[in-house]
Amino acid sequence: MTQDTLNFIFIGLSFALYIGIAFRSKAGSTTEYYTAGGGVSPFANGMATAADWMSAATFISMAGTVAITGYDASRFLMGWTGGFVLLTVLMVPYLRKFNKATVPDFIGDRYYSKLARGVAVGCAIFICMTYIMGQMRGVGVVFSQLFGISITSGVIIGGTIVFFYAGLGGMKGITYTQVAQYCVMAFAYAIPAIFIAMALTGNVVPQLGLIGNYTAGGELVPFLEKINNINTELGFSAYTSGKMSTLNMFCITAALMCGTAGLPHVIVRFFTVKDVRAVRKSACWTLAFIAVIYLTAPTIGAFARVNLIEKLHNTPYSEVPAWFQEFEETGQMAWVDKNDDGKIQYFGPAKSAAGTFAVFQGKAPEYPTFEATPDQLTGKYGERLLANKADDSNPNELWFGNDIMVMANPHMAGLPMWVIALLMAGCIAAALSTAAGLLLVLSTSISHDLMKKIIKPDLSDNEEVNYARFASFVALAVAVYFGINPPSQFIAKTVAFAFGLAASSFFPTLLMGIFSSRMNKQGAICGMLAGILFTFGYITYFQFLGGTPDQYLFGITPEGIGFVGMLINFAVAFGVSAFTPCPPEHITEMVENIHIPSASAAARESD
Amino acid sequence: MDKENARAHRKACLHITLALLAVWFFISFGCSILLRDWLDASLPSVGHAPFGFWMAQQGSIIGFVLILVAYAFLMNRLDNKHGYTYTKDK
Repeated sequence: MTQDTLNFIFIGLSFALYIGIAFRSKAGSTTEYYTAGGGVSPFANGMATAADWMSAATFISMAGTVAITGYDASRFLMGWTGGFVLLTVLMVPYLRKFNKATVPDFIGDRYYSKLARGVAVGCAIFICMTYIMGQMRGVGVVFSQLFGISITSGVIIGGTIVFFYAGLGGMKGITYTQVAQYCVMAFAYAIPAIFIAMALTGNVVPQLGLIGNYTAGGELVPFLEKINNINTELGFSAYTSGKMSTLNMFCITAALMCGTAGLPHVIVRFFTVKDVRAVRKSACWTLAFIAVIYLTAPTIGAFARVNLIEKLHNTPYSEVPAWFQEFEETGQMAWVDKNDDGKIQYFGPAKSAAGTFAVFQGKAPEYPTFEATPDQLTGKYGERLLANKADDSNPNELWFGNDIMVMANPHMAGLPMWVIALLMAGCIAAALSTAAGLLLVLSTSISHDLMKKIIKPDLSDNEEVNYARFASFVALAVAVYFGINPPSQFIAKTVAFAFGLAASSFFPTLLMGIFSSRMNKQGAICGMLAGILFTFGYITYFQFLGGTPDQYLFGITPEGIGFVGMLINFAVAFGVSAFTPCPPEHITEMVENIHIPSASAAARESD
Repeated sequence: MDKENARAHRKACLHITLALLAVWFFISFGCSILLRDWLDASLPSVGHAPFGFWMAQQGSIIGFVLILVAYAFLMNRLDNKHGYTYTKDK
């Protein structure tokens, strides 16, 4: 059986499963559509939330980032798990008690203002849209690699599938589908890690292997010492020590954590369970399931780095393993023979006088067009040639994308073909589950908060669901369009946007709404606007308008500026509210009410 | 009576929340970022990993899960103590 057939079988089976589940749990009413009727078990919701959280980018690129930056990548590991602590102890139990369908709904009611609701809807749409674009692109890339179709058709196929089960099934449909998707993802992630841990460290548990001994080289060396030695020998900084400044590391971790706690598509997940007690339990399950994957990612990164360097560094091109050529073909690895010795060399910045280690000029490899002559396409050792000029200021010859670590891992370790097929299925599951969750938030923000609460208050239940379906179709069409024509580097950069905006808008506004009964609409709106404008402006200036790193405020990169934006939001909100009238009495009462944990009958009926 | 009970509950709840957040801050920002170099040098390593590095890549994540378990346990106990019960059906 060939690899392609196996891929088809694994992905086909997983799709049949997802669509079967979605079909069985089709939503009938708005509450089923928005929050699955509020009756999902904490365990199932935990799994579904974890699947929702693990996007294609996290699934594929996170381990690669860890492999390349070592300690510095801990900011992602901690930021994207630690945020759930904030989310659970500060947000979701209270928002669940409030018992509304969406996050802008809470902001609109708590701050008794259509303007506040409108700003919140705008933020929700922007955050979800940036995310979903990346997911559609991810699905398209995987499909095109698998089936040899163009990325365009890949994106369209992915979009159609997502529309069918998210647009039609609503929250109920996607929750149960995501449970299945989490299982696929967890297996796809853990199985290669276990195999490789056994091969490199003789330990079945990858997490213990990472802090254990490296056994594959004959004599026993601590694994982390091994990887530190490799790094320093080749001119990189040691794996376990970071390069980033402490302040910057602090700000980025904080922005990612607060952003996580303010992401609307994660918050609404907890509206699907029965009551406040179930929310707490569900949050434990969610973080436990996420932790399984986040504890595995650093091991995959470290193992893959050792494997990659051992297999490729100083290896003559004529002897490289077959997978290297496969990745050259797809443009994910490249070799430029700068010293013309026919061997691949991989060096870090400390090996060159200029302190660089770029293989070629430009950010991504470019290839000669189809009209090029054969000697422009293939070099004398049979390698694929680049159109980029070589960067001769350093001796590094090997280029690979961040995404390659997870995908190439099973190849490098020589694992059986079904593991690779499982990995492909897992990757698609990650992209689809996140896209579906985001799509739902997008469509409900439009149908519920924009149409029903702001534009057309007399909308019936049935019409509202239809609007939601229609909105999800439109949102998906836009996402598919940007998936096919990504605004070049835009998608990668906008991740900073999504977290920065969530941290500087939703997180502080929700927090003050829950814990301060004095906070009024003037304060909240001014705070939100100040936080967003500052963060948006800072990121735009440095990402798109050509700001240079020496202009950074206290050396904080755009990734971490959301934290500063958040502080500004708090400061402005408290400042403005001190000089403006108190919120009306029923709001103060409402705030007191959301702190009483048991579901009161009166609040449910008034819905 | 009802209001007083609610206020006492809210206060106790705030204490639990702040205590857990202090732990959260200590294991993530404290151990893994701010005190990291000092911990690497002065505490015994975990397996072969320097302590601060281990906290940043594995320890803090395990700690977060434990914090949430503790939160669920403490809050449920608090709710029971203050007489907030949950109906079995819907």
